[in-house]
Amino acid sequence: MPRPGFVLEVDRSTPPILFWRGENFSLEKLPADRSRIIYAPEPHKVIDDIDGAIRHSLLNPIDMDPLPTLLFPGMKLTIAFDDISLPLPKMTRPDIRQRIIEAVLDMAAEAGVDDVHIIAALALHRRMTEDELRHQLGDRIYDAFAPRGMLYQHDAEDPDNLVLLGETPHGEEVEINKRAAESDLLVYVNINLVAMDGGWKSTATGLASYRSLRHHHNTHTMQNSRSFMDAHKSELHKSNWRMGEVMRKHGPKIFQIETTVNNDTFPKPFDFLAKREWEWNGRDRAKFVAAKAGLNRTPARMARNIFHGIEAPHNMTSIQCGEVEAVHKVTTENVWKQQLVEVQGQTDILTMGIPFICPYNVNSIMNPILVMCTGLGYFFNLYRGKPLVREGGVVIMTHPTTNEFHPVHHPSYIDFFEQVLTETTVPHELEARFEKRFAEDDWYRHLYRTSYAYHGVHPFYMWYWGSHGLQHCGKVIIVGGDAPTVRRLGFTPASTLNDALEIASDVVGRSPTITHLHTPPIMVADVK
Amino acid sequence: MARDYPKQKTRSEVSRRVLQRAAGLAEGLEGLAMRPVKLWRTKGFPYRAPSIPRGVDVPAKKSTLGADFDTDFARGPGSRFVRRLLVAGPVNGMVRFLARPKVEGVDRLSDLANNDAIGGVIFAPNHHSHLDTPLMVTAVPKPWRDRLVVAAAADYFFDKRIKGTIAAIALNAIPIDRETTSRKSSDELRRLLARDWSLVIYPEGGRSPDGWGQEFKAGAAYLSAKTGAPVVPVFIDGTGAIFGKGMKRPKRGHTRVVFGAPLWPEEDENTRRYSERIERAVTLLGDESTSDFWTARRRAASGASTPLTGPDYTGWRRQWALYEHRKTGAAGQRRRQKRRWPDLG
Repeated sequence: MPRPGFVLEVDRSTPPILFWRGENFSLEKLPADRSRIIYAPEPHKVIDDIDGAIRHSLLNPIDMDPLPTLLFPGMKLTIAFDDISLPLPKMTRPDIRQRIIEAVLDMAAEAGVDDVHIIAALALHRRMTEDELRHQLGDRIYDAFAPRGMLYQHDAEDPDNLVLLGETPHGEEVEINKRAAESDLLVYVNINLVAMDGGWKSTATGLASYRSLRHHHNTHTMQNSRSFMDAHKSELHKSNWRMGEVMRKHGPKIFQIETTVNNDTFPKPFDFLAKREWEWNGRDRAKFVAAKAGLNRTPARMARNIFHGIEAPHNMTSIQCGEVEAVHKVTTENVWKQQLVEVQGQTDILTMGIPFICPYNVNSIMNPILVMCTGLGYFFNLYRGKPLVREGGVVIMTHPTTNEFHPVHHPSYIDFFEQVLTETTVPHELEARFEKRFAEDDWYRHLYRTSYAYHGVHPFYMWYWGSHGLQHCGKVIIVGGDAPTVRRLGFTPASTLNDALEIASDVVGRSPTITHLHTPPIMVADVK
Repeated sequence: MARDYPKQKTRSEVSRRVLQRAAGLAEGLEGLAMRPVKLWRTKGFPYRAPSIPRGVDVPAKKSTLGADFDTDFARGPGSRFVRRLLVAGPVNGMVRFLARPKVEGVDRLSDLANNDAIGGVIFAPNHHSHLDTPLMVTAVPKPWRDRLVVAAAADYFFDKRIKGTIAAIALNAIPIDRETTSRKSSDELRRLLARDWSLVIYPEGGRSPDGWGQEFKAGAAYLSAKTGAPVVPVFIDGTGAIFGKGMKRPKRGHTRVVFGAPLWPEEDENTRRYSERIERAVTLLGDESTSDFWTARRRAASGASTPLTGPDYTGWRRQWALYEHRKTGAAGQRRRQKRRWPDLG
């Protein structure tokens, strides 16, 4: 029986605690009697017979007819799937998406369906390489569909392959992939790593155009989402749900397949990273010392390759399919079961170690804008109810935050860092002054469509993700970060955690309460 | 004055004398060696076997060959250690050199590998060559490779003690009667499956006589139904062209081993139907290996897959079809010919 999440009150006997620092980590001592550490629940058991569970779910969907009855000869079937941003880290082969899509194709073949397209729902993310697609879908699907042009990646800037379905009562345009919109059935295959994923957000975001996405990816929705993990209190989700209504009326029939995975994040050599420190045995301690000594002497590029080579042992804990909203309700419950940790009250200072990966730097570099987005956009939002840190409190992150960008994946990020952040770091100001120019830049558009670049507007969206955190916190400190880079982000650099706590005392006083979010593995704090 | 030079010996004379001396030496050695044999031949009982009096029935000796060959020793720790060395070294080297295998579909077995409740697994490949067994013992993935038993024809591999011992140690072969339904063979296999040994069994019963497959016999299905062990269909492509039945020496080539999703007996399904299902699964894998996942499934659904047993017609057309069929498979992969003429631009 896996143990539930746990909040440890730090006292003098508490050992130093693991803090991630990008492609490295450190052990830090937190002040006794006023600090606490939130540990994630232990990984839930995965389904033994995954293929059997998939088949059973396809034959017994929620509020919809079984998949085989929706398939008929001569129909247009489109299968869309989540891109490389999920799950994190990538899972060991075979990926869930491969298993599900193979099961769907089995049924489609039996039903005599010839016209099948498989589309990676990229939204404005970078296109995936052949290796990445093969990892997600397996060689069998790739070899059968890609050479014939029946497996491809959604292009949010291709006017010929987008179709406007209508507008919501709020004037939000719903424009999605034409092939998906004109299909007799759209099967969407989802991996719900966190409660934010799935539901109408799959189709309304993953298969949408910039024209449509801008309605829910903006400072207004982001600052009014409390949090992204709670769809009922998230403006981002409300907008997606309104778009879902339009799709329900004017779009294709959607068969939603949602899955949850457990939080078994690290494979054998790195498994100590998910353990509670006082439970580290001799081998774990030796592994930590060896890994730390090795990483201190390893060039950054090599360390990055090592960490991005990690394939997580996490796997499927539930699958449900059928009608979008009914399915998402069950999925969210299953995600909560794995991730929710009850926490009493807010804190003055929230500390977090920023790891090597976020959804937007898989096989890439965690650049300074992504550090901000991971800390203030994702980790800050890992709450339900109230934010972990009180309004006006301090967030302390640990990360090297070097001025380093992936020139192929993040070209517009470089210009955003050099041209926009030098002018302003205020989200609504940079939205008003710069977003349109970046979003409509022909060169970025060209790179997004033909190379492996994120869309020109993507760094803005990353900044907006953190806008609620920016608005909420009195100060943000990055420990161990490159000082000029950290200052460019509008944050305060500090050399050590003790320095950071000292700096924070200007805002929160001399003996503030401190909470450390011990993640990864992912968890969500249910703040009472 | 002409000098009288000693006569030069020619090379042929020298070699003739050497051969004569060698022949003389060999005769001497043979004489020495035969002396005790001749002496022994002069001796009668008890130095030689007794003659049998007329009219007396001698009880038949219990056979220890064929299906009765006892292979338990091959699963002891010593034999397992030797086998592990043999499989990792010479067997693997030979397979890589001759067959250059490409192994696919192992991901379909991930649930089996992660499920501790499942012990033995029955691998059911098609069978074209003696090379299939070495290929399987190197291609079967790790959780099962170290506890793998191969069902081998009792009348072929276990007809001589030395042959049977080598087959048992090197491949963990276990004799199975092809001609008659032997309760002993099936009991032994069931016992091994129950003890978490996995099994490679060729449901066709023997190598293909003409390059096309043969109808599946129900052995694998029967064992699965009786023990609850899953059957993993496997398609082996290309070994027939390397060392098929009737070939005197192997010819290097390419092979492909495709593992399919595990199968279990369904409720109210008899052994014959289950066996047909296994055959269909192997056929589908065969089609998948020569076309692609989606095409193979569509063909299977519409009943248009090329059957393992080949076309119905006989004679040269059947061989002709085989030639065309092989061109699409692993055997069709040939090394690119070297350019014979200089490239003059």
